[in-house]
Amino acid sequence: MIELRSPQALADYRQRLRVAADPQQRRIRVCDGTGCRALGSRKVLACLQETLREAGLADEIEVIPTGCPGFCELGPLITIDPEGIAYNKVSVDDVPAIVAKTITKGEIIDGLVFVDPVTEQIIIHDNELPFYTKQMRRVLELNGEIDPTNFEDYIAHSGYDALSKALWEMTPEQVIEEVDQSGLRGRGGAGFPTGLKWRFCRESPGDVKYIICNADEGDPGAFMDRSILEGNPHSVVEGTIVGAYAMNATQGYVYIRNEYPLAVQNLTIALKQAREHGLLGRDILGSGFDFDINIRIGSGAFVCGEETALMASIEGRIGEPQPRPPYPAQSGLWGKPTNINNVKTWANIPLVIRKGSDWFASVGTDKSKGTMIFSLVGKIRNTGLVEVPMGISLGELIYDIGGGIPGGKEFKAAQIGGPSGGCIPKEHLDVTIDYESLIELGAIMGSGGLVVADEDTCMVDLARYFLNFTQEESCGKCVPCRIGTRAMLETLERICAGRGREGDIEYLIEIGQEVKRSSLCALGGTAPNPVLTTIRYFRDEYEAHIYDKRCPAKVCKGLITYEIITELCTGCTICARNCPVSAISGEKGQPHVIDPESCTRCGVCRSLCNFDAIAVH
Amino acid sequence: MDFEPSELAETIEKNGEGASLISVLEEIQARYRYLPQAAMVLVSERFGVPLSQVYSVATFYHSFSLTPRGKHTISVCTGTACHVRGAVQVLNRLETTLGVQPNETTLDRQFTLQTVNCLGCCALGPVVVLDSEYEGQVTTRKVDKLLKRAMRQAGGDQ
Repeated sequence: MIELRSPQALADYRQRLRVAADPQQRRIRVCDGTGCRALGSRKVLACLQETLREAGLADEIEVIPTGCPGFCELGPLITIDPEGIAYNKVSVDDVPAIVAKTITKGEIIDGLVFVDPVTEQIIIHDNELPFYTKQMRRVLELNGEIDPTNFEDYIAHSGYDALSKALWEMTPEQVIEEVDQSGLRGRGGAGFPTGLKWRFCRESPGDVKYIICNADEGDPGAFMDRSILEGNPHSVVEGTIVGAYAMNATQGYVYIRNEYPLAVQNLTIALKQAREHGLLGRDILGSGFDFDINIRIGSGAFVCGEETALMASIEGRIGEPQPRPPYPAQSGLWGKPTNINNVKTWANIPLVIRKGSDWFASVGTDKSKGTMIFSLVGKIRNTGLVEVPMGISLGELIYDIGGGIPGGKEFKAAQIGGPSGGCIPKEHLDVTIDYESLIELGAIMGSGGLVVADEDTCMVDLARYFLNFTQEESCGKCVPCRIGTRAMLETLERICAGRGREGDIEYLIEIGQEVKRSSLCALGGTAPNPVLTTIRYFRDEYEAHIYDKRCPAKVCKGLITYEIITELCTGCTICARNCPVSAISGEKGQPHVIDPESCTRCGVCRSLCNFDAIAVH
Repeated sequence: MDFEPSELAETIEKNGEGASLISVLEEIQARYRYLPQAAMVLVSERFGVPLSQVYSVATFYHSFSLTPRGKHTISVCTGTACHVRGAVQVLNRLETTLGVQPNETTLDRQFTLQTVNCLGCCALGPVVVLDSEYEGQVTTRKVDKLLKRAMRQAGGDQ
């Protein structure tokens, strides 16, 4: 074990690793993120190692498990170096051919390379995939490149260089100045200037100060924090130590969701490695600065993403938010000055320090600098994680990178910012993505979840979905959030059930504005956004539900009926056998019928029918 | 598994001075798959906090349960991406087949069905997790297969 007790020791260590590395080394990178694992990447990885061993190639060819490169739609993903041959949807059955053809002879296997669905062009190398070429990968650069559990990999890629620079070449004030100059704003959603937040904490009187990394990524539809912690945990650790030095904190916490076991595992490994190498703990890098980081696992409460609730949870209490002021910078964890930033904010810090604020601010808009990471999900062709410069248009994001809407369907809206955000309709596809423009349209940047809705998505149902979420997750402390969101949810449920009344829309707007205005924390303060923006842009859908008793997208159970198309039904009986309420009858070989009275519109019959014989009206 | 007070002392010991109430409860939950009342009383005594406070923590966070949970947990992700891709149908199917609602356990104590807000593998929605095994792009058919396999395994365990 090498203890790094001076900048020179770190530089020498890095130099040795770089000299030893052979850029022409044949190696296979296998995505080992949660997404690809769910699709079977672990089996592929094990099978590759086994097949290479049998072929006597195990010593020559490295198989590296990496973090998520982002293109989850096509997982399991593997990349073969040095050429960078990208294979997708790889299964165990493909492995023998990969070893026999590509590894041994350098031949490309047709069925595994990417074919552009629009141009039908075959794309072999990972750096030529349109999904990646339009992105600007800074924070995510090493995701998919390095083995997140290999300390040497991170060091060889300039890891802890920023920490060394901060500790030995900069004063804490200079570090804060650099962060301030970069224009970096909090990536957790609210977009507060990071440098300013740091300065508040530094200038706050007190000899004990705390640093927190908020990894309680609760927004459904967002998974970038998970991906960074899984794929490049050292970047977050390094950023946090730099912040601790700047604010003179001695103890840090990473508060992470218990739904993210792999992220916890990889972060735990990273912290241990940093400690063993003298980069965390006492006398970091020989500078005399002491700081350590502990992990706290969340126990499943969305409200704990709110900073004051999160700190209550670390203290072992229930996650109820507190009124602000006092702000955490004045009185936070155990009453001490505390700084709390999101995973992505911390992961940006090593880049700001190493490459400088000018470099960082060279992309983006006037007020929103740098890049932003989005998770593209829902009705979009290229589902996955993307990093783009601030100021890109929504249309570019959805069509050029996301590949548009699958199945020839039409784009309806993009829901940005999760349960706190709002939806942006087709008319505003040219909006530039930055903090201010999104707020103007009623949405927020949020943590970067971007859910695409197409013509089959009911906007009233989507609003109901989000409100159901926030209502369930409301901690119950303040009245506007506890009762206001319930009143709104009941109204939306009534509308979706076909019992909407005149005045419901106005009622939702009135109560929504009141909940926003008077709730204690951001959960209630933003909960009405999905409802208010869907009313703003899709009022006609609400009216169709309320006045015409019709769900245009054919989603709301109270407003649809299922029917078997006699001409298409073959009488296979699969629907009748599987109907949970026995609402389907008919003789074998004869067309079946659904009894609308007992049908609960669960949709099981439609999902099982092999002949598309079940229609929804 | 029956609650064993001496094990609790060990757990608290292991977490050291200044152990967090939540992390100790998490360990108890992981060990017994619920928080036995006797354990909560002991925790309250050891930590010197009122039982009401232990109860409030235990009922505030989703990952704690006051009733015994099944040997296996089936989680259906109902995050936004899974929702728009048909998680509701998948959940319906599991409810009917297992005969339980979310957060309920089958009579034989084998399976607990639960929903989870987002697992962060939105690209693969709808997602179902059986214990720690993720299953992506789940359809009604895939659910049936998954359950069959799980039940076979559960049968083998007994």
